[in-house]
Amino acid sequence: MVIGQIENGIVLDHITAGRGREIYDILELDRLDCMVALIKNADSVKMGKKDIIKVNEVVDLDLDVIGYLDPGITVNVIRDGKLAKRTRLALPRRVCGVIRCRNPRCITSVEQELEHVFRLSDSEEGVYRCIYCDTRAERGAE
Amino acid sequence: MKHLIDILDLSVEEVERLLELAGRIQDAPADYAERCRRKKLATLFFEPSTRTRLSFEAAMYELGGNVLGFSEAQSSSAAKGESVSDTVRTVGCYADIIAMRHPKEGAPLVASLRSPVPVINAGDGGHNHPTQTLTDLMTIRRELGGFSGLTVGLCGDLKFGRTVHSLLAALSRYPGVRFVLISPEELRLPEYNKKALEASGADWRETESLEEAMPELDVLYMTRVQRERFFNEADYLRLRDSYILTPEKLGAARADMRVLHPLPRVNEISVAVDDDPRAAYFRQVRNGKFVRMALILTLLGLGD
Ligand SMILES: [Zn+2]
Repeated sequence: MVIGQIENGIVLDHITAGRGREIYDILELDRLDCMVALIKNADSVKMGKKDIIKVNEVVDLDLDVIGYLDPGITVNVIRDGKLAKRTRLALPRRVCGVIRCRNPRCITSVEQELEHVFRLSDSEEGVYRCIYCDTRAERGAE
Repeated sequence: MKHLIDILDLSVEEVERLLELAGRIQDAPADYAERCRRKKLATLFFEPSTRTRLSFEAAMYELGGNVLGFSEAQSSSAAKGESVSDTVRTVGCYADIIAMRHPKEGAPLVASLRSPVPVINAGDGGHNHPTQTLTDLMTIRRELGGFSGLTVGLCGDLKFGRTVHSLLAALSRYPGVRFVLISPEELRLPEYNKKALEASGADWRETESLEEAMPELDVLYMTRVQRERFFNEADYLRLRDSYILTPEKLGAARADMRVLHPLPRVNEISVAVDDDPRAAYFRQVRNGKFVRMALILTLLGLGD
């Protein structure tokens, strides 16, 4: 299967196989008017299988969010058919509105309007904690 | 420094300046008796804590200021469902500074993000209580002259005790402080806090025996062992009794050792210890007022 080369756009490569759909939803790519391709289970020398997302336009994406969800992703920006920029994601220092705090004693449990915000507290282990109550985020518990 | 939410919001230098100011106030209270004239402290206590509230109120009165507020959620706007943010924005129109106690963790942080005036965290659930930690630090400094090189024993409930966690975090920033963590296996310090201790480079060890640790300590920080932390009554009673400080156990301590306790105590320090010069816990209560005075002055920009 061949998906055409992009002239101008963004390729999210090396997405963990099976997570492409989730990344697509979180980034709200369904709201874009341009062509978007979600490729599942592509062959990868490094990873065996991987997912890929191609967006046929250079748009603003919240890289912090995807950096938290799947830090192995590479972001390629294509301009005039050439690779203009390649970014390897790092763990963001703060993640807003993605992780929910599960601590029933946390102020976020009673004030519905408050945005749930987590900060990176241990970059080696990728541990995030709620800025309000310091409770550790449970990965994959979303 | 605009607010005080977590003790680690303060640098070592800021802590030092606060403790020095608190010491000067204690030595010459009359010099500060009018400093906060026409200033108002709002004590917003969404859960009752009479001791902490009285300490803040006494601090403000001794600075010549006034106090308004509420002492439980039922009598406050929260009972009508108002958010913490709205409450502090409203109160900030009347008061010059706010001390907030709240049963939910993080509520004072939420307040500080919206408040037009400084917010002091007066305890948020089982989370932070920075003015208690400042009180502990002032007591150690006042009684023993400083922090570096001290051996500090922390005894009792090290798992859930927030005063212990904050004190450890604050003290581990000073060079050469050693910690002896004295607790039953069930109430040991959590891994997260141990990791932070490791990262700080502080020297520490664990023991289950208060008697064994006693001779090497410069400071013994006692905490309550609470019944609800145990699965069965027999374990609770057995452990509780082995962590009660009695004159006999204190006999093995150094002459210049100091005993601290955040109070209130239940029975973990025998009343017979109170008259021993090493018992510093009531002086600690007095110090609590002076650090709160220093903090209020500093946050209002009225320190010297
Ligand atoms: Zn939380």
